[in-house]
Amino acid sequence: MTTAYPDLVVPRPDLPRPRRRGVTPVLRTAGPLALLAGWWVASATGVLTPDVLASPATVAKAAGELWSDGQLTDALGVSLTRAVLGLLFGLTAGLVLGVVTGFSRLGEELLDSPLQLLRALPFLSLVPLFMVWFGIGETARVILIAVATTFPMYVSTAGGVRTVDRRLLEAMRSFGLGRWRLVAEVVLPGALPSLLAGFRLSMTLSVIALIAAEEINSTSGIGYLMTQAQSFSRTDILSVCVLIYGLLGLAADLVARGAERVLMPWRPRGAAR
Amino acid sequence: MSVAVHIEGLRRTFGARSVLDGLDLDIRRGEFVALLGASGTGKTTLLRILGALERPDAGTVLVPEARTIVFQEPRLVPSKRALGNVIVGLPRTAESRERGLRALAEVGLADHARAWPHTLSGGEAQRVALARALVREPDLLLLDEPFAALDALTRLRMQDLVADLVRTHRPAVLLVTHDVEEAIKLADRVAVLRDGRLVTDETVAAERPRDATDPAFTALRRRLLADLGVRENEPAVESIEGGRR
Repeated sequence: MTTAYPDLVVPRPDLPRPRRRGVTPVLRTAGPLALLAGWWVASATGVLTPDVLASPATVAKAAGELWSDGQLTDALGVSLTRAVLGLLFGLTAGLVLGVVTGFSRLGEELLDSPLQLLRALPFLSLVPLFMVWFGIGETARVILIAVATTFPMYVSTAGGVRTVDRRLLEAMRSFGLGRWRLVAEVVLPGALPSLLAGFRLSMTLSVIALIAAEEINSTSGIGYLMTQAQSFSRTDILSVCVLIYGLLGLAADLVARGAERVLMPWRPRGAAR
Repeated sequence: MSVAVHIEGLRRTFGARSVLDGLDLDIRRGEFVALLGASGTGKTTLLRILGALERPDAGTVLVPEARTIVFQEPRLVPSKRALGNVIVGLPRTAESRERGLRALAEVGLADHARAWPHTLSGGEAQRVALARALVREPDLLLLDEPFAALDALTRLRMQDLVADLVRTHRPAVLLVTHDVEEAIKLADRVAVLRDGRLVTDETVAAERPRDATDPAFTALRRRLLADLGVRENEPAVESIEGGRR
């Protein structure tokens, strides 16, 4: 066939082959499982000695112990409450500030520079100050997490709001949408991809801020568990805590992914690859 | 005369529906073929297969190496100026710039080389897209309803421009359109796609430039519209806009 037309070619599209169902979840779990396997192999072959990092089996046993005597559930409950509470305040503040500076010129002129200035402060350096201002109770911890998570949300929101199609806004104004409905019905849905990106960054940061917050004279929570384990050189318990932080991060990511699907049904999935 | 496109037994299925079902088509070098068809008949699918944007399910498709597409929308990169959009993907040499500027001059946009895409009007942006397609000196130019989004006056001007440019560069052209007048005005051959095959494949004999009031023109238009499932009441509407969509 081809020989009859020597200078013609068959068009070869450079398209991704359609995936069979179930391949994606398998590939997604493969990464963490590979990490786990590597750890297990390293421990079993003696590359990782127990005083550096306990083996997966020991860690699992420690986790089992902590779980059965209720320490782990208590600590997890306390830590999660702190993180979620702080995150909630932080996200709200970031969202409101972001919409204000992204949507109104006056807001940007007044608020953006001070916020950028505050954003540049490493929140860890605020820990001692917060202890002076808010004492060593829960308030200081939640505020620290809230402050840490405000800024990524703020930057993403402001950026997302600014990129909303101006022509669309103009059209919607002509249909009589007021400021608030414009924000609620057009601006925020349009900025959702950025909002969710900010949400993800803030969630990760909330776990980091949690660790810092739980170092403030804590008597409960995962941070407290870690401090204790540290003083007794229990690398197995330390590893349990580190793993929990990792799992929290992973769970946060899953939540964000789920939110993307639920909140943006109009977006085609897996586009732009 | 040698062949620029050879299609035999082409099939493309979406779910249970075959939009292209055993389609055969040959386009000679330098020949201008217009493909008509109602919405959803697979015109664009055929063009996308020729442009290597989609995969056929069965059949033989052969096209030249050098081929370019003008889409319905300009599809310019907003972060590149007009000239940058024209020479996108070419080697970054002074020679490419020179060629890009020549192409822009050909579509009448010589002084818009440094304009950002968002500052261009719909017709200007589409002319940049045309320059982008021509600067590659294609052997096959694929036009996917390139005038559909333009206003009527701009559309007429663009049709003339395309006719001129095609006469100078002599690529084989496949123009996908809904517009029967446009097809007759520009093409050497007009084909109608229905139920996955070409039901009509007619050579347009009239001299160029073609006159829409010529009886041969109106007769052909009526025949093509009938093939598309549109029955015109006698006598036909004789305006330029008649029979559009």
